[in-house]
Amino acid sequence: MFLEQLINGITQGSIYAIVALGYTLVFGVLDIINMAHGEIFMFGSFVALLVVTRLGASLPVAFLAAIVSAAVLGLLLERVALRPLRTRRGASHLASMISTIGVSILLENVAHKLFGAGNHLFETSFAEISFNIGSVTVYLVQVVILLISLALMAGLALWLSRSRSGKALRATAENLETAGLLGVNTNRMITATVVIASAMGGVAGVLVGMAFSYINNQMGLSMGLKGLAIIIFGGMGSVYGAMAGGLILGLSETFMVAYGSSGYRDAIAFVLIIVILLLKPQGLFGQSPAEARR
Amino acid sequence: MKRNVRLFAVVACALFAFVFMGAEKAGKAAKPKAAPVQAKIGVVSIITGQGAAYGEAITNGIKLARDEVNAKGEVKIDLKIEDSTGKAEQALSAAQKLINSEKVVAIIGPTLSTEMKVVGPEANASGVPIMGTSNTAAGITQIGKFVFRNSMPESQAIPASIGAAVKKYNIKKVALLYGNDDVFTKSGFDTMKEVTEKMKLKILTIEQFQKGQADYKAQLTKIASLKPDAVFCSALYNEGGVILSQARKMGLKVPFVGGNGFNSPKVIEIAKDAAEGLIVATPWFGERNDPKVKAFVSKYEKAYGKKPDQFAAQAYDAYYIMTNALKAAGTADRAKLRDSLAATKNFQGVLGKFSFDAERDVVMQPNVLIVKGGKFAIFK
Repeated sequence: MFLEQLINGITQGSIYAIVALGYTLVFGVLDIINMAHGEIFMFGSFVALLVVTRLGASLPVAFLAAIVSAAVLGLLLERVALRPLRTRRGASHLASMISTIGVSILLENVAHKLFGAGNHLFETSFAEISFNIGSVTVYLVQVVILLISLALMAGLALWLSRSRSGKALRATAENLETAGLLGVNTNRMITATVVIASAMGGVAGVLVGMAFSYINNQMGLSMGLKGLAIIIFGGMGSVYGAMAGGLILGLSETFMVAYGSSGYRDAIAFVLIIVILLLKPQGLFGQSPAEARR
Repeated sequence: MKRNVRLFAVVACALFAFVFMGAEKAGKAAKPKAAPVQAKIGVVSIITGQGAAYGEAITNGIKLARDEVNAKGEVKIDLKIEDSTGKAEQALSAAQKLINSEKVVAIIGPTLSTEMKVVGPEANASGVPIMGTSNTAAGITQIGKFVFRNSMPESQAIPASIGAAVKKYNIKKVALLYGNDDVFTKSGFDTMKEVTEKMKLKILTIEQFQKGQADYKAQLTKIASLKPDAVFCSALYNEGGVILSQARKMGLKVPFVGGNGFNSPKVIEIAKDAAEGLIVATPWFGERNDPKVKAFVSKYEKAYGKKPDQFAAQAYDAYYIMTNALKAAGTADRAKLRDSLAATKNFQGVLGKFSFDAERDVVMQPNVLIVKGGKFAIFK
């Protein structure tokens, strides 16, 4: 049972990590929490579901559709809810967070209208493929989810630290005006960030559908809250923190159920956060807040 | 002001319609030889507002029964239907009106248990027999000796389904699983646990989950590793369907017994093949092979254009129980009606054989159903 629960926990944790990566990317650059991220993720999985069930498309196409639709939603989010507030003098950071909450409520209700309430079966033949290691059954999906989350983490970390555009992004994060003066197209950098984060949400959406076989229009909220908890826990804006935090949360939740009481499954996340923040207020991988920031 | 006038006009029209309908029925019913027992029976139900769907089913069931009973001519009932809007205080004033100005001999309703908790004591104090057709909470008939119900509480349905499953599959050790953030699934679980302990089954583990959770694998893996003979699960159909699906997929093939929340065709819609073998208990089963049930379903469908649900069936039976008691009493007297109601034994209705126990609560054998071939069927 231990091995099976370990696999359950890693799968859950990897999905949390991908959701949290999207949060951390936006937070790292814009210093705001994108509350609509969970709903974009939910939308991505519904689009994938429709593409698979209605059009009979293959899984890679579904992934592509989910990524594209989530990216488009991210673009719209940036244009409609974030940019107008950014260009306005005196608008606080809270204002843009509130406007993303508005977008999240809108998306949830649109999904309710478009796709209906309740759970929808997300069935793919790929999700059925499994193999045995000893007495433990492992689904290929579970391996793929872990690999995708690791790849996304590594890709993001490399991009941010090595590439020219990653450097421009970090410069934008450091100081918007200075980066602009130095020739960085800050608006484009910010848009790119939100779009990439949203696209990753789309990926996570499809993975959730494959791993758990069901999706519903409410799942953005619960996943989103977990994602938030993870970036606080792992360190705001830290890519490795999101990954480690996601895995730790997924594993601790699963083992809480396995060896403790399932009634405390959700409480464990928040107990962990409190403990970590008491010991290390900036989170596991968080850096001390830069003075220049803001 | 103008709105009020219009509202008044609508109400007045409705009232007149009732009067004329009554007049027509009276003309037909006056013919038979023995003088029929004449009585006014009040109905308190949700006609408008949230929960009006229940009230509609209930009043439809009652009206269908009234037309049948009046046509027979042994008793002649004048129905007075009042709206409770689902609120306890509104239900109370409706009942007071029925008791004091309409002088009804008995009341059928109200719809909700919370309404009955307020209306019941009033009717009891006034010595008016009152019968709930949809109240399933505990402690309803304990309000007083004039309070009855014919709706089966969950504390009776769950022992039936568990009992049937235990007998058939020789179940010795079980796992319990329930949603801990919902009053309804929690109370279903409490009953399940009590029944399980009473039957001396070994409880291997009690697992919980929260509404809207997507992944139940951790709980199910744990349950599967303990190798239970069955899983008793108190969940609403939305979560229940997913749980069934994930359990079957990971190889947990033991029987599942569900509470009332599982009792919906939606479970089959969500879980598809994984729903096969799910066992639930319900007082009403519309596909039972019984001429009474078939006649009721077809008449109801003809009159209202849809299949009767549990609420319509319970209201339909309640009306028959009430008028049978009235016939037995022979006169429209509240106290005599109460005594003959309380003496109701082995009434054959669309829900099956029905009696009141010493506390005027339900004695009835619920239908135990199993999902087979994509729909509910009688569990044998």
